[in-house]
Amino acid sequence: MSTETLAAGLETALPTTLFRFATAGSVDDGKSTLVGRLLHDSKAILADTLDAVARTSADRGFGGEKGGIDLALLTDGLRAEREQGITIDVAYRYFATDRRSFILADCPGHVQYTKNTVTGASTADAVVVLIDARKGVLEQTRRHLSVLQLLRVAHVIVAVNKIDLVDFSEQVFRDIEADVQKVARELGLGSDGVADLLVVPVSALDGDNVVDRSERTPWYTGPALLEVLETLPAADELEAELESFRFPVQLVIRPQGALAPDAVAGGLDVEAYRDYRAYAGQITEGSVKVGDEVSVISPGHEPRTTTVIGIDFAGQSLDEAAAPQSVAVRLADEIDIARGDTIAAAGTVRESTADLYASLAWLSPKPLREGQKVLVKHGTRTVQALVRNVTGKLDLATFNVEPASNLELNDIGHAQLRLSAPLPLENYLHHRRTGAFLVIDPIDGNTLAAGLVKDHPGDHEDERYVI
Amino acid sequence: MSTYTTEESTVKVAAAVDAPSVERLSSLDTLESEAIHIIREVVAEFEKPALLFSGGKDSVVMLHLATKAFWPGKVPFPVLHVDTGHNFPEVIDFRDRTVERLGLKLVVGSVQEFIDRGELAERADGTRNPLQTVPLLDAIQKNKFDAVFGGGRRDEDKARAKERILSLRDEFGQWDPRNQRPELWNLYNGRHTVGQHVRAFPISNWTELDIWRYIERENIELPSLYYAHEREVFARDGMWRAVGEVSQPLPNEDVITKLVRYRTVGDMSCTGAVESDARTVADVVVEVAASTLTERGATRADDRISEAAMEDRKKDGYF
Repeated sequence: MSTETLAAGLETALPTTLFRFATAGSVDDGKSTLVGRLLHDSKAILADTLDAVARTSADRGFGGEKGGIDLALLTDGLRAEREQGITIDVAYRYFATDRRSFILADCPGHVQYTKNTVTGASTADAVVVLIDARKGVLEQTRRHLSVLQLLRVAHVIVAVNKIDLVDFSEQVFRDIEADVQKVARELGLGSDGVADLLVVPVSALDGDNVVDRSERTPWYTGPALLEVLETLPAADELEAELESFRFPVQLVIRPQGALAPDAVAGGLDVEAYRDYRAYAGQITEGSVKVGDEVSVISPGHEPRTTTVIGIDFAGQSLDEAAAPQSVAVRLADEIDIARGDTIAAAGTVRESTADLYASLAWLSPKPLREGQKVLVKHGTRTVQALVRNVTGKLDLATFNVEPASNLELNDIGHAQLRLSAPLPLENYLHHRRTGAFLVIDPIDGNTLAAGLVKDHPGDHEDERYVI
Repeated sequence: MSTYTTEESTVKVAAAVDAPSVERLSSLDTLESEAIHIIREVVAEFEKPALLFSGGKDSVVMLHLATKAFWPGKVPFPVLHVDTGHNFPEVIDFRDRTVERLGLKLVVGSVQEFIDRGELAERADGTRNPLQTVPLLDAIQKNKFDAVFGGGRRDEDKARAKERILSLRDEFGQWDPRNQRPELWNLYNGRHTVGQHVRAFPISNWTELDIWRYIERENIELPSLYYAHEREVFARDGMWRAVGEVSQPLPNEDVITKLVRYRTVGDMSCTGAVESDARTVADVVVEVAASTLTERGATRADDRISEAAMEDRKKDGYF
């Protein structure tokens, strides 16, 4: 192919937007095979990688109608994983189609499934949950859907895999579909306008309904998996459109004398920038325009209102910016603002609070105890916190909240914490960024839990509540 | 179903008068914003960061992102180069010009000095890439760097695919792949104890093609050897190796002049060139998009040693 033809083809093929998704399920469900199939059929696997996989497949005596390549090997990155034939850790994979660039977080199912699923789902626009068509909805499926509901993943796709092994039976598929919808109803998944749910019959091994619609499932009229992933709106898109402006300040850009020499050489007006001061950060939700009224939220201050007079990005002046852009914002009034403060659309943030009511996904082998001191990282601020009490533990299989006084690895529970300084906490249900926090061990610095702000304390008289 | 814009840059759209609403960011804009967010987090939370700068395209992109993150201020950290002593001269020249242009401090860790002092031994195969770990850790320790930015990408290698954006290293610089902190949302946990440090990989989620499309879009200068040029080469291990002071053909290896370019820039003794007529960045974008080989598989002898070559080096403290 000549360079010209390639260039012409590339012109129309430039991926325009980014989409992050995760896969949840176990090796037995054929998850690694599905991931391998997506990568392979979208031509994301380059020849040398495929050769290496083919060699290893042959060494292990992997046979089969698909030319003897074990697609699952494409996702096992670490030596221990290859040796033991298991996937230990979340692996990130990249592929692109004409419409989108994809970041795939491949979350292993068996080992520490909660930790891995929570990690993968926290950044995902969509999660694909695998079910083996021969087995239907298992306890693990319920657990996965429960975690996804808790993390408010915008789109959940259930792939009913190995549909070839049940002779492409519509009845089997419809039964599983009904079971999935029943579980989703029990969870409130897909019913509250936050998430949507789609069930797709696939054969990862043969490729049915993975990239292209299959002729062997004529009773299924919906899109193939990749078509779904190409067209769903990304979470950033929803957050930019639906929510109010939120901007945690990362740092203050105030170069004084130390202007960038390359900017000066490029004609930057040194006098005009002598007193430059802007607040740098990434917009987590919503959008902002020059002229907008904003509130500055800092601990120890009432919210202070001012006006945005400039939005800068590396020498460009913008009139408007939206999540998830990284920018620097200039304000009309000289206000003392530091890292950890939040700039938000005026009048849209509730009073900061030092009482934190949260769901915690416990990710550490060290259990959580009542009375324990931890660190909480929320936005760009880290504060000390005291665990006042654990109010319950979620049984992921039944969705019941049961009494508990501690949380262990892979538990999801509810707790009340008292913070050393008030924070502008928001309900995770509507704020996937400003409603999220980390619980950190002050001793070794490790991340102990993923935290989701449940409610504002003003909302609750009763301290025990259910999901 | 939603429709999508083919607009390459929403910044331009947003800047237009009376723009109705902000368009969906392009994938490059999203990756750029993510990287800048990470760079700013590390600068805000660490005492003394540094950026690994080899003059290779990924580190050049990293430095470009850093200039954007702190504009109109200077990049607020030094750059660190681990010099194998087997460099392509044009890359060292590029490094020095870049440091000068941006007014940065350059810290160099020298493999040669360690060999001269007898603290490192030359390998039988002559490559010095794996020898970089000791001078790297020495420079980190001596300069008390608590965070080191690297241009590592997860699409480069299967071990890298599992590494966190902020990767904690112990006193020996070791990576423990089985004991990594979960990385949740865009909240990065950089806490570390005395003696530990963190490697930060802000462009973890970029692919080789993203890098090249970004270099094209931002008009970023690179060392000339990334573009097609005539060079004296000989074939070894299925790669074209340049003839140079440290890279001499064996008697049975014929030297020929070929039109080549480099896809990665490392130690001259183990980095191979590919045949290419891509003389401009636009040509390279087209070539990379059509390539059927990964950049490391195509051009790095050290990554061909075993299936876990990169994982093993990283466990010992490599980038």
